[in-house]
Amino acid sequence: QTEVEETLKRIQSHKGVIGTMVVNAEGIPIRTTLDNSTTVQYAGLLHQLTMKARSTVRDIDPQNDLTFLRIRSKKHEIMVAPDKEYLLIVIQNPCE
Amino acid sequence: MISRKRSEFGAPIKFSDHNASSIKDAYIECTAYPDKNFTVKQLEKDVGVQVIPKINDISTQTKWTYPKNASTQYYPREFSEEEKEAFGQSKSLTDFLNNVSKNSVEIALQQNEIMNTFIDDWKCLAEEEGTFGDKTDTHLKEYQSFTDLHNLTEKTITCVSWHPTIYGLIAVSVAVRLTFEDRVQYSGKLLLQPSLILFWSFSDPIHPQLMLESPDDIFCFKFCPTDPNIIVGGCINGQIVMWDITAHADRIENIKTGGSRSKKATLKPMFLLEPESNKEAMYIRHCAVSSIENGHKKVITDIHWLSDTFEINRMGSVFENRSEICCQLVTCSADCTICFWDIRPQKTLTPQQTEKKKEESIEIPYDIPSTFLHLDLSWKPLTKLRLSKGETSLEHCPTKISLSEEHLLYRSEATICAFSIYTPLKEKLLAQDKAMKVGEMNPYQNLEAGLANPLKPIEDFSTKFFMGTEEGEVIYTDWKMERDPDTGRLMAKKPVHLYTVHDGAVHTIQRSPFYKDIILSIGGWNVAIWKEGVVSGPLLQSCCAPKRYTSGHWSLTRPGVFYVGREDGYIDIWDLLEKTHEPAQSQNICVTMITYIKPWTLSARQQFIAIADYYGTLHILEIPWTLSHPSANEIASVNHYFEREVKHLEYVEQRKKIREQEKQEMDLEIEKKKIKTYHKSKEQMEAELKMDYDNYLELEKTVLINLGLIKVSEKVSYMDIL
Repeated sequence: QTEVEETLKRIQSHKGVIGTMVVNAEGIPIRTTLDNSTTVQYAGLLHQLTMKARSTVRDIDPQNDLTFLRIRSKKHEIMVAPDKEYLLIVIQNPCE
Repeated sequence: MISRKRSEFGAPIKFSDHNASSIKDAYIECTAYPDKNFTVKQLEKDVGVQVIPKINDISTQTKWTYPKNASTQYYPREFSEEEKEAFGQSKSLTDFLNNVSKNSVEIALQQNEIMNTFIDDWKCLAEEEGTFGDKTDTHLKEYQSFTDLHNLTEKTITCVSWHPTIYGLIAVSVAVRLTFEDRVQYSGKLLLQPSLILFWSFSDPIHPQLMLESPDDIFCFKFCPTDPNIIVGGCINGQIVMWDITAHADRIENIKTGGSRSKKATLKPMFLLEPESNKEAMYIRHCAVSSIENGHKKVITDIHWLSDTFEINRMGSVFENRSEICCQLVTCSADCTICFWDIRPQKTLTPQQTEKKKEESIEIPYDIPSTFLHLDLSWKPLTKLRLSKGETSLEHCPTKISLSEEHLLYRSEATICAFSIYTPLKEKLLAQDKAMKVGEMNPYQNLEAGLANPLKPIEDFSTKFFMGTEEGEVIYTDWKMERDPDTGRLMAKKPVHLYTVHDGAVHTIQRSPFYKDIILSIGGWNVAIWKEGVVSGPLLQSCCAPKRYTSGHWSLTRPGVFYVGREDGYIDIWDLLEKTHEPAQSQNICVTMITYIKPWTLSARQQFIAIADYYGTLHILEIPWTLSHPSANEIASVNHYFEREVKHLEYVEQRKKIREQEKQEMDLEIEKKKIKTYHKSKEQMEAELKMDYDNYLELEKTVLINLGLIKVSEKVSYMDIL
């Protein structure tokens, strides 16, 4: 198994993690543990949101950059780790 | 300005009118006239003039653009499998993932695992909004009871149903308390008495508000979920009876308290009292009965309306229901069949029959609504399922059924305010009612319209349902028919699962209002809870109770609570979160067998339970706060309990397998040992036999020496003998 698979498996095995996905810079999913329609939806929406968040941070301070984005909702928490080329999205249910 | 005598100062003034033109100089007129000072004559005018060769008149008709809905169909971009594989090898992705997971993601995940930082501790501290009443009070309180005092024969209550929308109205079906032989013997007398469904209101415990007449004793009845003025009931002779009480709906909606209860300040003499129309109970005749030859042959034990989201055809295939009303029924009967019925007019296959009907037109009394006239006496079931027991000629005798898409009157999307569960349907019905009063068409008056639409089949619809039988079996089977390859006839499928857990007839099969796949079955002396999909057995099977269980119902608001009625008039209240091996509470209600239990939520504060007993009395009790209000996370806790039970069953299955394996291994060992003993060669056996014989000789010698019968040989020394 490749290192990529191992890392993703490790993340997925954390308690409460509902799904994990890796998306490229354009919002096209590369790896996912959820079904296709959900993945596509999450990828599209979160990609746009991450772009917006990043531009917000950089507008305020051009030397700054977005490192991590956590969205807490009633039901679960969505964590987005952005990069120049990829996006890692993890959805976790924090309280059982 | 007016002036008066001093003495009249402050006294009221009286004004009056009179005509101004009748008195001279009573008014001064200012008439209008043209004033020469203000008229100006226009002396100059400035106008542009151009000479043109031709005059053209052009006009165009413009297209009016109106807003239109436009849409784009798209599909998302995706990578192919090879590209995805390529990514798996790329170094940049590996680096990114390592970096990100180490620095941010895993830390964040662990943070969430350790503690939920966004919990509002203050909110979570308070479990309930506020308790009404004593928390320690856990008993059902008597609220009211209803008995029909007018009828002389001894009756029992067979079925109870609360009116879906009207507060405080409950309908009860009564039947005579006779055994079959007695029924046959007194059949003449029974024909004279009408069989009734009584409508009781909280405001009048002595006089029923409405009485619905039926040709024979009703054993089960239901209000139509989409129109509470339509009631359908199953009789003891196998007929289905329908009533339409739309005309009397006003009567029961505004029920005034009966005159006998209120004490009037002024007592009128008897002959001046007007006959109050409320006091006279109205007898309402049924408006349709099913055909006697084609329907059931024995008592109908259970009847349900099919949900208005689907309908089925003759083969049992499921289609979308375009008319938004419940128009199909399912009944099961002691003649071992389950029938599906449609209340809409079916297209007659042979035109001759319609002509025949015209000749013998039955005169219907004027006050019967003609909603279901097309069904009267000619109503045939859509499909009939015969429940045979496989190879034998015996058949299952169903007592109760529970379909998966039952029109739940309770939706469990409510959160903490558990009592909003009942409002969605009630609001829908009340809104419908209002709409109908305004003047819209009642869909039930126009049933034919629904038939014209072509039906769209629904895929992935579960056509399986649970059924309880008289022998105490719980059967999980399919209602879709299949063609028998040999005879080409339509046949019911064989049951998917059959379980025998109860020692007596199963009288309750009910889905939990909170979980779509949890079913409660009560019969004989014990209770069982099943989960749809778990085939190894029930999740919970109680041990035998001291008294027979005769009725039962889930609680409407607490997911782990259900009520069971016993044959000695006690009601057992089970709480799965408290105890699972026995009921949490037991309370005496009456002196005789409880025949039916039906809880109902009337308002946010009041939840009642209607308990019918064998002697024909209907008891209404109020459910205390503790039994009606669920604790926080109760749904999740009970769900957890069920999942634990499922796991337990799986564990038991696993252990069974392991035990089987162990048993097999043990058997093998024993076999091997046996084989080993047989493999001894002939010489060995002979040597062994010789040894045994030598031992025996020795033994014989020593015994005889001890007895003194043999002289000791010289070889043996004296010391040995001692």
